Amino acid sequence: MAGSDTIARASTGRSAPDTVKILIAGGFGVGKTTMVGSVSEIVPLRTEEPLTMAGLDVDDLDGIEEKRATTVAMDFGRITVSDDLVLYLFGTPGQQRFWFMWNDLALGALGAVVLVDVRRPESSFAAIDFFERRGIPFVIAVNGFHGEHPYPAEDVREALTLPEGVPVLLCDARERESCRDVLVALIDRLIAEAVPAR
Amino acid sequence: MGGGDSAGRLVRPFTLTGGRTRPSRADFTLITTVTAADPQPQAAPRPQPEHTRILRLCAEPVAVAELAARLDLPVSVIVILLCDLLEAGRITVHPPHPVTRTTPDLDLLQKVRDGLGRL
Repeated sequence: MAGSDTIARASTGRSAPDTVKILIAGGFGVGKTTMVGSVSEIVPLRTEEPLTMAGLDVDDLDGIEEKRATTVAMDFGRITVSDDLVLYLFGTPGQQRFWFMWNDLALGALGAVVLVDVRRPESSFAAIDFFERRGIPFVIAVNGFHGEHPYPAEDVREALTLPEGVPVLLCDARERESCRDVLVALIDRLIAEAVPAR
Repeated sequence: MGGGDSAGRLVRPFTLTGGRTRPSRADFTLITTVTAADPQPQAAPRPQPEHTRILRLCAEPVAVAELAARLDLPVSVIVILLCDLLEAGRITVHPPHPVTRTTPDLDLLQKVRDGLGRL
């Protein structure tokens, strides 16, 4: 393949790859970073953003002594899908009060995976709501505790009152193939939605 | 990650930016790719140590989020430093692939799917 389809770059001669991103969302501790790590070609990286007080509910930080130390952390990984295209996977911050960061994160995302823990599905409601409201396509991935799935996908769909057309997959966030299948299901949904649009 | 003096660690990054907390340009996203210009411009002002660290890391194309993680600095600080480097002509910037809901890019999606299939 070398030499084919090269894009000349005026100042460097080295062509930077195109980049796209998918969000991995869901409640706190549901396995987002585990999933990112399972499919990423690099050990998941972390960025930490200091929070400014502006835009935050005062209540949220009431009584916190070291306000300056408040940060929001975000883990991400990378998959080189071809020599000129790189996919980034971003785990969204789990705590609700950091949603304002999601807006930036969601901008320009291909879509999202919402991880669900069936022992506490309500912790992922917020993520589902977020993507629904913004019209960002997503799939539900039920992360089985120890890889076990006591409930069939249809039961989970009902419990989450999902709209028709949102795929529900049972997965094990620790397994590479399982996570890959979830991502492929998301892309398939995007392709299916794109076809009639043509 | 966690160092002991987390409060101090968080205040300090913005001293690297001369106290600036907002970038001069808004077009750096987490997955914008930056590459050090080669050769570096001769006339540009001498880069600060943090600028030099960034330049070293982006000798090959690298995403903004990766720079932040590898230098252990907030993205907001990295973006301000990148603005300096861009204005000095020391880096080139490659924006992410545009994604729109109205006109989905089937070729791109197929490419991603094929790539995932190889995992």
